[in-house]
Amino acid sequence: MTTRQLPVAEGLFTWPPSESEPLRLIGSECTACGLVSFPAASDCVRCASDESKIRLLADRGTLWTYTTQNFRPPSPPYDGPETFEPYSVGYVELAGELLVEARLTEPDPEKLRIGQAMRLTLVPYAVRDDGTEVMTFAFAPVEESIPVEELAQTEPVEEAS
Amino acid sequence: MTEAVIIGVGLHPFGRFPGKPAMDMGADAVRLALADAGVTWPQIQGGYVGSFEVANPDAIVGKLGLTGVPLRGVFNGCATAGTAVALAARAIETGEHDLTIAIGLDKHPRGAFAADPSVAGIPSWYGQTGLFLTTHFFGMKINRYMHDHGISHETLARVASKNFRNAAGNEKAWRRTPLTPEEVLASPVLNYPLRQYMYCGPDEGAAALVLCRADQAHKYTSTPVRIRSTSLRSRRLGAFEVQSPSFPVGEPVESPTVDASREAYERAGIGPEDVDVAQLQDTDAGSEIIHMAENGLCKDGEQERLIAEGATEIGGRLPVNTDGGLLGNGEPIGASGLRQIHEIVLQLRGTAGTRQIPGTPRVGYTHLYGAPGVSAVTILST
Repeated sequence: MTTRQLPVAEGLFTWPPSESEPLRLIGSECTACGLVSFPAASDCVRCASDESKIRLLADRGTLWTYTTQNFRPPSPPYDGPETFEPYSVGYVELAGELLVEARLTEPDPEKLRIGQAMRLTLVPYAVRDDGTEVMTFAFAPVEESIPVEELAQTEPVEEAS
Repeated sequence: MTEAVIIGVGLHPFGRFPGKPAMDMGADAVRLALADAGVTWPQIQGGYVGSFEVANPDAIVGKLGLTGVPLRGVFNGCATAGTAVALAARAIETGEHDLTIAIGLDKHPRGAFAADPSVAGIPSWYGQTGLFLTTHFFGMKINRYMHDHGISHETLARVASKNFRNAAGNEKAWRRTPLTPEEVLASPVLNYPLRQYMYCGPDEGAAALVLCRADQAHKYTSTPVRIRSTSLRSRRLGAFEVQSPSFPVGEPVESPTVDASREAYERAGIGPEDVDVAQLQDTDAGSEIIHMAENGLCKDGEQERLIAEGATEIGGRLPVNTDGGLLGNGEPIGASGLRQIHEIVLQLRGTAGTRQIPGTPRVGYTHLYGAPGVSAVTILST
């Protein structure tokens, strides 16, 4: 049985990731001053230009800082599972682009360190009543990252049935 | 330009007051401030009132007296009180009024602040996936700071322990049970490296200040406290700030605290070396440490030694958060910064009781910081 998966939002990352269109975060680049933004922004917060183009961001970076989430966040807005498992959050520096905030796949702060190499992946942060996994982006320490082939074994869907 | 001075302060205790509306706490604080100043409500010519939970805090006129006074509502997150006092002072400085009031009141439900990210202009997925928590930012900022500047976990615990100890000596504080650094370090981690007893909590309370023209202060008090400067600054591009799904690479940009602090010192003609007592936003123990440096009161990394030496204790060289700060008082957002100024006024008058710092303090400093990356600084002197 295959697991149905949905992205948490459209336009946040390439979906479904494939060999021809691998997983990337979808950012934007101001056509006037070159500022890179994530999530993609139509207006530039540096030069106030309203012209931008889509830019797929680097899928590797280094961990700039991190913390953990050891209690279930207020819900709403959080819509993860009732049975809470602590997770980590960090900022990953994508060289020459930006620092992006994301969940980290490693929940143990003792196994994280500032400066370590990280790689973009997806995690099922929530599961709907019908079993559909809701996917969001995350960064994994490079040595523990989930191979892309493993992600490709699941069957993405456009809408939950 | 006419200078504004504080002639009266009033504080409703901070904590939990089941069944008591925020508006009633606000009215109590105002009456205390009026009595302290020796004036009556009909004499107040204008004012500013801030609250997060109360949508129309200006309705407080219904409890104080329907005099037709222009009372304007203000809000800037955790820096709300900075705006209320700045505008109440500005109304005097510009000659609009001779006698004004700044009021703050709030009554928050228990637990971490919850809101939809849309209130901060951020897409829904940021909240759905568990990223929209200000506490993440505080954990991540101090984690990076500890890495860069050699601050230890023990120093975080010492700050929390100091503020709870100061609160124990403050009958209007909320968390009045002293905790040793060891007890703080034994509490569970909420957001690494920050633990349960290193965080302030949202609670309830109110505070008010009565201001007048400096040249009329003698009519009301022999101990006016001068408002030397106020400043409020928002985040600039490139600063590492709360509620940011991303921020640009490149040279680090300083926080709005640094910008507000520098502006306030410059406007006051007062330097960090002149500050005798400071109230710094201690949303968490790490914030107090970082804010010592961001407000120019020490260099990055010096906190490790200063705090070990007791420099920020009531009897130390630079007392910080003498009334227990946010850790000891909690944070009713609209009132929090006015509570800070209330404490500075008591310290400068020499009437802070068991919390009184030694000597003759002349200059007091207050600092607020919060979402969405905004900071307010007020510098006061005798």
